[in-house]
Amino acid sequence: MKLKCKHVWMYISDYIDNSVDAELRAQIERHLENCEICSAILDSTRNILYLTADARTFTLPVGFSERLHARLSSELQDDGEISRRK
Amino acid sequence: MPRANEAEMIARILAGERELFHELIRPYERMVYLTVSAMLKNEADTEDTVQDAVIKAYRNLAAFRAESRFSTWLMAIALNEARGRLRRIKRENVESLDAELEMYGGDFTPAALMDWHPIPSEALESKELADKIKAAVAELPFLYREVWTLRDLDELKTEETAVLLNVSIQVVKTRLHRARMLLQKRLAPVLKGFAPQPAPRRSWLSRRHP
Repeated sequence: MKLKCKHVWMYISDYIDNSVDAELRAQIERHLENCEICSAILDSTRNILYLTADARTFTLPVGFSERLHARLSSELQDDGEISRRK
Repeated sequence: MPRANEAEMIARILAGERELFHELIRPYERMVYLTVSAMLKNEADTEDTVQDAVIKAYRNLAAFRAESRFSTWLMAIALNEARGRLRRIKRENVESLDAELEMYGGDFTPAALMDWHPIPSEALESKELADKIKAAVAELPFLYREVWTLRDLDELKTEETAVLLNVSIQVVKTRLHRARMLLQKRLAPVLKGFAPQPAPRRSWLSRRHP
C-alpha cells in the first residue's frame, strides 16, 4: 500500500517515538525518500522537540531551589522537635 | 538516581536521618517545577504548589510503596496539588474543563514546508527564540500541554504518563501527537527566521572541481 502525505502525518509522533511496527516504518520511510514536504515536517517537528527540551528554553526562577530547601529545612526542624517531644 | 540507592535513602530517612530528604528530591526539582508550571502558568502559584507538594511527600513518605518509582510517586503528589490549586484559582471544576477540552475539535495537520534548515541549540542564546517557544507551549489546550510536558519535557515514559493521569496509553499517544502537531504548526513558520544564514556560495570550489 502506498501511503499518502496525510497518512504519514497521522503517524509522525509514533514514528519519532519509534512506536510504529516495522512494516509501517518501512512504508513511511519509502514515502519520506520521495516527499520533501513530509521530510520537512518531520525534521521541523524533531527540531522543535530538541529545542524545547534544552534547559535554556524553560528555566527555573532564580532562587527557586534555595527557597524550596529553606522551607523544607524548617519543616524537618519542626518535625524533629515533635518527635523529640513524643 | 538508581532505585536501590533511593530505596536505601528512603529507609534511612524514615529511620530518623531526616536531612537526607533534601538529597532525595534534588534530582526531581526541575521536573516537578516544569510540570506544575505548565498547569498553573503563574510563577508564584507554581512555586507555592511545588513547595506544598514536596512537604506533603515528606510527611507521607512512610506511605510510599517501592513498587512504583519514587519520581512517579512524587509527580503524582505534585499533579494532585496543582489540580487542587487550579480548582481554587479558577473556581471551576477541572474535570468539566477537561471534558470540554477533550471535545476541542482542532485541526491537527502540520504546517507544510518545502524544506527545513535545522536550528541549532545555540540559537537559544537568543531570549526571543525561547520566548516564542514558551508562548506556543502556553497556548496549547490544557490536556495536551499536560501530556506534552510529562512526555517531552520531563521525559517520562508513555506508560508512566498514563498511570499518572489515569488515562489509557492510547489517550496519552493521541494527546501527545496533537500537542506536537500544534507546536509544529505554530512554531515552524516562526522558527525559520532563526536558522543560521547559509554560507555564501564559494564559486572557487566549482572552478577547482569542474
